[in-house]
Amino acid sequence: MPNKVIVKNLNFFYGKSQALFENNIEIKEKKITAVIGPSGCGKSTHLRTYNRIFELYRNQSATGEILIDGENILDPGVDVLELRRKVGMIFQKPTPFPMSVYENVAYPIRLHFKLSKSEIAQRVEESLIGASLWDEVKDKLHHSGLALSGGQQQRLCIARAIATRPEIVLMDEPTSAIDPIATLKIEELLIHLKKQFTILIVTHNMQQAARVSDYTCFFYKGQIMEYNVTNDIFTNPQNKKTEEYITGRFG
Amino acid sequence: MREHFAQELNNLNQHVLTLAAKTEHAIQQSTKAVSKHCADTARKVIAGDYQIDMDEIKIESICLEMLALYQPVASDLRHVITLLKINNEIERAADYAVKISRSVLDMITYDLEKIEEYDFSEMASISREMLRSALDSMVYHDTNMSYNVLKRDEKLDSIHKGNYQWARNMIIKHPEEAGYYLDCLTVSSSFERIGDIATNICEDIIYFHQGKIVRHTGNTNKDSECQKEKS
Repeated sequence: MPNKVIVKNLNFFYGKSQALFENNIEIKEKKITAVIGPSGCGKSTHLRTYNRIFELYRNQSATGEILIDGENILDPGVDVLELRRKVGMIFQKPTPFPMSVYENVAYPIRLHFKLSKSEIAQRVEESLIGASLWDEVKDKLHHSGLALSGGQQQRLCIARAIATRPEIVLMDEPTSAIDPIATLKIEELLIHLKKQFTILIVTHNMQQAARVSDYTCFFYKGQIMEYNVTNDIFTNPQNKKTEEYITGRFG
Repeated sequence: MREHFAQELNNLNQHVLTLAAKTEHAIQQSTKAVSKHCADTARKVIAGDYQIDMDEIKIESICLEMLALYQPVASDLRHVITLLKINNEIERAADYAVKISRSVLDMITYDLEKIEEYDFSEMASISREMLRSALDSMVYHDTNMSYNVLKRDEKLDSIHKGNYQWARNMIIKHPEEAGYYLDCLTVSSSFERIGDIATNICEDIIYFHQGKIVRHTGNTNKDSECQKEKS
């Protein structure tokens, strides 16, 4: 199975405080990798380095290498706008723009590509179908995105993220703010999306990690304690800390 | 919630151990019935099996409830699954005690003065010791004990093979007593199966503690398993 991302000796700092310590991991292409661990262990911090979104904040820095298709994206010469097109991101709370459903998806397409109106319309439809939302919104494309339910809003954000045809999709607790039925829809969607994308998902929901992911990575105090196929992590973890965390003995 | 789960798991262990104690008693009594030709003891074993069956169902429903309510993972998952499987194995061991007892009820209808009897004491003793050690390895979390039980199964198999030949020859010699020798064969195969059940339990215990499936691998040697891990 080819590696999409190879992380070598990644360290991360909030000012002088170190949050990640010598992270090394190889993310498999077109697979779902779940990132689990107790609060404050560095899961989201690790994820946020893959598209350098941390650079939007002051005094945050990363050292080491993150090779995406062999290119070190921490290199200062990297085109960050193109990087963020290639590496999309979904956050905990749905963040639709205060505009119509259609415009929410069309906006990033216009930002990254010069396409005709009809081509944009086609790409919007494809993205909404890809996010399993088309049937629910096709008759209200010009209604506000904010009028959708929480689960629909999150799928709208997924449609917006995949509209730019990324290669990697980062999801930071994408279902923690939505109800169980909407969560199941998104989990089913993830299984479909991995045919096209490499997906990393941070989750606090152990069952979710077990249900949807192919690989699971356990973080503890900024370090990767264990990384293995999900089946093995949840039936026979090799690291004592992983065992203790997933069986609820701490965290 | 963790404490609650641990408490439930502890209770489940106790239920399985109680079932195991009842089954061990049934096997002991069926052995006595064979050696003493005692119909009363045999009937008691047969009558007692209903309670063992009911206990098995109760334990299974507790296991299913725990899987559904707590959705355990890692060693917790292996623990519940192991108890679920061991529960089933123990109940089957009790069924063999019943089978032995039923054979006794038929065997005593023959004129035992005229018949060449077979002494089942060695088989009975090995199979009961194997089952006892398997259950001890569960109680003491001792996989060394489990591996030792696996090694003993061959002896029981070889005695049973010998009994097959013996019964075959006896049937040829005394065709009028064929039913008696077929009963002997049933008793022999039941003790042999109790030994198999002990090995199944041990394999489940090894899986629980080491997360390693040793069933059908043909490798029951702990030392070579350890060497494999090192290399």
